[in-house]
Amino acid sequence: MATPAIEVRDLVKRYRKGTTNAVDGISFTVEPGQFFALLGPNGAGKTTTIAILTTTLSPTSGTVRISGHDVVSEASLVRRQVGIIFQNPSLDMNLTGEENVRIHAILYNLYPFRPFYWLMPGAYRRQLRELADVVGLGADVFKPVKRLSGGMQRKLEIIRGLMHHPRVLFLDEPTSGLDTVSRRNLWQYIGELRRRHDITICLTTHQLNEAEKADQVCILDHGHVVAIGAPRDVKTELGHERLVIDANDRAALRRRLVEINVPFSEDGHFVIALDGRTAHEVVRAIDEPLTLLRTESPTLEDAYLRILAAGDA
Amino acid sequence: MRELNAVGAIAARDLLKFTRDPGRLVAAVVFPFVMISMLGGTLQLNLGKSAGINFIAFTFTGFLGMTLFQSTAQGLTSLMDDRQNDFAQELFISPVSRYSIVLGKILGETMVAVIQVLPMVVLAFVLRVPLTATHVALLVPVALLACFMGGAFGLLLLNTMSDSRASNQIFNFVFLPQYFLAGLIAPINALPWYLALASLISPMRYVIDLVRGVVFSDSSDARLVLATPATNVAVLLLMFAVFMIAGTALFVRRETNR
Repeated sequence: MATPAIEVRDLVKRYRKGTTNAVDGISFTVEPGQFFALLGPNGAGKTTTIAILTTTLSPTSGTVRISGHDVVSEASLVRRQVGIIFQNPSLDMNLTGEENVRIHAILYNLYPFRPFYWLMPGAYRRQLRELADVVGLGADVFKPVKRLSGGMQRKLEIIRGLMHHPRVLFLDEPTSGLDTVSRRNLWQYIGELRRRHDITICLTTHQLNEAEKADQVCILDHGHVVAIGAPRDVKTELGHERLVIDANDRAALRRRLVEINVPFSEDGHFVIALDGRTAHEVVRAIDEPLTLLRTESPTLEDAYLRILAAGDA
Repeated sequence: MRELNAVGAIAARDLLKFTRDPGRLVAAVVFPFVMISMLGGTLQLNLGKSAGINFIAFTFTGFLGMTLFQSTAQGLTSLMDDRQNDFAQELFISPVSRYSIVLGKILGETMVAVIQVLPMVVLAFVLRVPLTATHVALLVPVALLACFMGGAFGLLLLNTMSDSRASNQIFNFVFLPQYFLAGLIAPINALPWYLALASLISPMRYVIDLVRGVVFSDSSDARLVLATPATNVAVLLLMFAVFMIAGTALFVRRETNR
C-alpha cells in the first residue's frame, strides 16, 4: 500500500494566547494523487491545519506526516514536497511580479540565482510566460506589485505557487478575488497538473462548487471533523435525489400518487423524495400526461449547510 | 548549491529594495555630510586645537563604524516587516535552511550598508581626513566584520519585538545610549566606572574602535584608540558567534512556536 500523501492523527493546536483549541483532535488521511477539500466556516480551523501541514506552525499534540515525513522532526523534507498558494497576500510589494516569482523559483532550487530577468535561463522565462498567460496576467507580471490590483496580485501568487511542481499542493482559498474566466483557467491548469504529474491537491475554499470534484471532502467546524468522505457519500448521507413532476390535471396526478403509495409534497410542483426508488419506476406508474419532469440532486452546499446547522443545534 | 542560491536570492532582494527606496538613497548621501562636516567641523573649530584631536577624522571614523553596524542591524528587523506583510510565509515554507535565510538577510543588509558608506568615504577625502589607499583596503574586511556584527545584533533584538512599531522603540532605547558609550561623538578614554562597565558590553564600541585602530594607526590620534585591532576583532568574533547562535535559535523557535 502506498504511503499516504497526508496523514493526520489526533491533531490539536492551541495558540499561545488562546483559551480554546483552534484544532481539536482531528484525523484524516489523503492518498497520493487525491483531490482533497477541507471545508468549514470562518474560524473552523482550516487555515491553522494548513499552516501545520506546511510546517509554518507547530502542532500542540498529535502527528502529521506528509509523504511519510513528520512535519516536526523532518520539516525540511516536508518543505521539499509541498507547495502552497496562501490565503493572505505574501508578496513583496517593493519588487515586481517577476522578481517575486524569480525569488520563489530560486528558493525552490528550480533555477540558478541570476540578478536580472534577462540572465535567467530560457526555460524559466518560458515557464513564467506560460503561467502568466494561464491566469491572464500576461505582461503585467513585470509590473511592480504595488501597482497591481488585488485580483492581479492573487494571480501572481498563483503563478508563484505553481512554478515548482510539488507532490502536495495546498490551495488556501486560491480563487478568492479571481474573475470567472481566470477561475476556470486556473482549475483547468490544476487539472492538467494532476493528470501530468499525479500531484495531490489539498484545497480549502468557501466556493463549494469547487469542492464538488474532490475525491474526498472533510468538513471542519469549531476545530472538529463533522463530516468526511467522498462528496457523493456526504451528500447522500443527508439527502436523497428528488423527482419533481407536474401535470395539467393536477387533481388526477395527486390521486394517482396516493394510489401507487408514493409520498410527496406540493411545493409549487409535486416533489417526490426518491428514497430507494428510481425515477423511472415512479414515472412508469403514472398514466397522466406530465407537463414537468426533472430530477434534483442535493448539492454539496446543501449537505454542508445541513451539517453545520445540525452542529449548531 | 541550493542553499547558496537561496542566500544569493535573499541578499539580492534586500539590495533591490534599497535601490528602489529614494528616501534611503538620499539619506545615505545627506546624513554623513550633515554629521561629519557640520558636527565634526564645529568640534574641530572649537575644540580641535586645544584638545589636539582631529575631530573631522574622529567623527568620520565614528559615523563610518556606526552606519555599518546600525544599518545592518536595522535591516535585519525587516524580517519583522516581512512577517507582518506575510512575505515571511513564502520564506519559511521554502525548503531553505533557516540559517540560510538569516545569512541571506545579513549579506543583503551588509551590501546595503557598504553602499551607504561609500559617499561618506568620498566626503572624507574631500574634507582631508588622513585616509590612505592602505587604510581603505584595510577598512574593507573591517566593514564586513562590522556589518556581520550588526546583523547578528539585529537578529538577537528581533526576538524581543512583537511588531515593527515596537522595533522602532527598542532601537531608540538600544542604539541611542551606544552613541555615547561607544565614543561615537566624544572620546571615552575616561568614563565614570558605571559608564565604563556599560561601555564594555556595547558592541558598537568595538566596531568604532576597530575602525579608528585602522585609520589612526599612524597618527597622533592613535591615543584615542581603546584597544588593539586584534583585541577588538577577537571580541567582535566572540560576540558575533554568541549573538548569531542565540538569535537564530530564538528566531526559528518563535516562528514555528506561535
